Amino acid sequence: MDLLEYQGKQLFARHGLEVSAGRAVTTVQDAVAAANEVGYPVVVKAQVLIGGRGKAGGVKLAADEEQAREHAQSILGMDIRGHTVRTLWIEHASDIATEYYASVLLDRSAKQPMVMFSVEGGVEIEQVAEESPEKLVRHHVDALKGLSREEAVEIARRGGADADVVEGVADALVALYEVWLAEDATLAEINPLIVTPERQVKALDAKVSLDGNALYRHPDNQGLSDSENEDPIERRAKEQGVQYVALDGDVGILGNGAGLVMSTLDVVAQAGGSPANFLDAGGGSDAAKVKQAVELILANDKVKAVLFNIFGGITRCDEVARGLIAAFEDIKPSVPFVVRLDGTNDVQGRELLQEAQLPNVHPAKTMNEAAEKVVALAAGKSVEAAA
Amino acid sequence: MSVLIDEVTRLCVAGMTGKEGSFHTLNNRRYGTNVVGGVTPGKGGQDVEGIPVFDSWADAAAQAQPNTAMIFVPPRFAADSILEAAAAGVELVIAITEGIPAHDELRVYNTLKRDHPDTRLVGPNCPGILSPGKANVGIIPASFFSEGNVGVVSRSGTLTYQIGNEIAQAGFGCSSIVGIGGDPVPGSSFVDIIELFQADPQTELIVLSGEIGGSAEEEAAQYISEHVSKPVVAYIAGFTAPAGKQMGHAGAIVSGSAGTAAAKADALEAKGVRVGRTPTEVAQIAVEILGAATGAERS
Repeated sequence: MDLLEYQGKQLFARHGLEVSAGRAVTTVQDAVAAANEVGYPVVVKAQVLIGGRGKAGGVKLAADEEQAREHAQSILGMDIRGHTVRTLWIEHASDIATEYYASVLLDRSAKQPMVMFSVEGGVEIEQVAEESPEKLVRHHVDALKGLSREEAVEIARRGGADADVVEGVADALVALYEVWLAEDATLAEINPLIVTPERQVKALDAKVSLDGNALYRHPDNQGLSDSENEDPIERRAKEQGVQYVALDGDVGILGNGAGLVMSTLDVVAQAGGSPANFLDAGGGSDAAKVKQAVELILANDKVKAVLFNIFGGITRCDEVARGLIAAFEDIKPSVPFVVRLDGTNDVQGRELLQEAQLPNVHPAKTMNEAAEKVVALAAGKSVEAAA
Repeated sequence: MSVLIDEVTRLCVAGMTGKEGSFHTLNNRRYGTNVVGGVTPGKGGQDVEGIPVFDSWADAAAQAQPNTAMIFVPPRFAADSILEAAAAGVELVIAITEGIPAHDELRVYNTLKRDHPDTRLVGPNCPGILSPGKANVGIIPASFFSEGNVGVVSRSGTLTYQIGNEIAQAGFGCSSIVGIGGDPVPGSSFVDIIELFQADPQTELIVLSGEIGGSAEEEAAQYISEHVSKPVVAYIAGFTAPAGKQMGHAGAIVSGSAGTAAAKADALEAKGVRVGRTPTEVAQIAVEILGAATGAERS
């Protein structure tokens, strides 16, 4: 779960990381009031979960009330690469002497936390890693011991932090590690981590991802995330506990098991189609869950044809067939379906579907055949065209 | 032979008294797995269709001598259950539970490494292990697989059934099917399991089924080129997955430009591993290699 900058900064502040005073607002009026409160000059920052806000004109400096109003008006509602700006973060502008970079993440390969630090802040860290890897310190932390202050000082020194701020940077690294650990984050990143002319070390931006599986032990964090910009069907799916990811094609997909669904998307794409979604109906789906899933897929009006790809393990194919039949009774879909049932109780499932005589439902024996049929149907051709 | 589980497996199940836990435990027993007990705190002394329940892993270890643990408890209790089983001396822990926090997995992985280096963890968020004809621990539907010489290791459950079933329909069987799970910090990696298959005399071909996220497939490619003489066929799911989106599994996410399916397939092919573009093609390649080997033996 990715957090907006201001949500990340709230977590930073909770663990003693220095951030500028500021306020999150959603109207021009509140933006001006916030700017007056924090004191000019202020920075007006678009809150969206996408990089490159500055280049897109989503981050502006305001010297007075008039400019604050102007910028708030222009940025609110702005579209930044598909993300609509609904929230602004107004903070007192900081004077910057130097820009550093710091992050803590879960290194899946080493199976340890990793602290990264560089004096090349304010630019894409991937670029630093590629062009001047010697300027990026990567330090693995013993997950069972945590990051000691001595280690943090060493990281700051090794990374080349100015001698007079080594202690300040070390404090920031220790606090950032604490954010990562205590909040069950998978990533906590500050870019830039600035040094002010007064030699204060401060987080000017915040990029935090939290582990959705750990939210149960963080009631305070459960309301975070950019729900306003979430795909409405993804949000509905989440509420229903269904794994759904919106994609931009026109072939609706339902399968059981994340790997099989990912594979189904690939096979549909290889057949020349474009998947409209990822939907994992999960293990042991019953008829009610299948019906619910069909409703989610069809809530996307771009969908021109739907593919059911089921390989029943715990999931029973007859249950899936019953769910589909129930869904057809209620929803009466106007788009064609291709259904491939294999595995547990597949024969019964296929028989049920045949008896039900559902309009515009086409059986397929294999995954590849199913993909070709659904792609033909989505393109307005007959299933025979697939053969 | 097979890997990890077989006739000498003595299985004990944490969460056996739950609905899912009892269903799958009994299923495993029906297959022939020797189930010696279950662990549910507060329910010691009860039984599930004759299988004794113990209050703790220590009790279970003392009274039933399990060598294999299966974890079926809810996510918030799973980490401690895994560590308790290891502390009680169980050598193999298979964690089916989905939804364990990543930080807990990190703690479990590193604690096992430091304090219980002799315990191997498979999973979490995995379908378990099946050694056809010998033992089944977990939720893999055994009816799709027969005994044979293909070793399968996979991050996904249903995708494994899909590939295994196609191999079975072509007349070939499996030595063992090992689900390593779809989480960010799995207890066992592709490399760990491939090492076992390489050493297993029954296994003649290895199928690796990977997906987006992390770099376990790239590490496997390197390992295979240096240490594996048996043929390996691979499949990678998620070519069409957009960056930054978690595709069902907690670990299936492309971060920036890292962890893409294309990079994984390229890494494997660069080391001489054949990568099938569809599950069907994977099975076809496997059958082609096995068929050629069988033919050569006959001639």
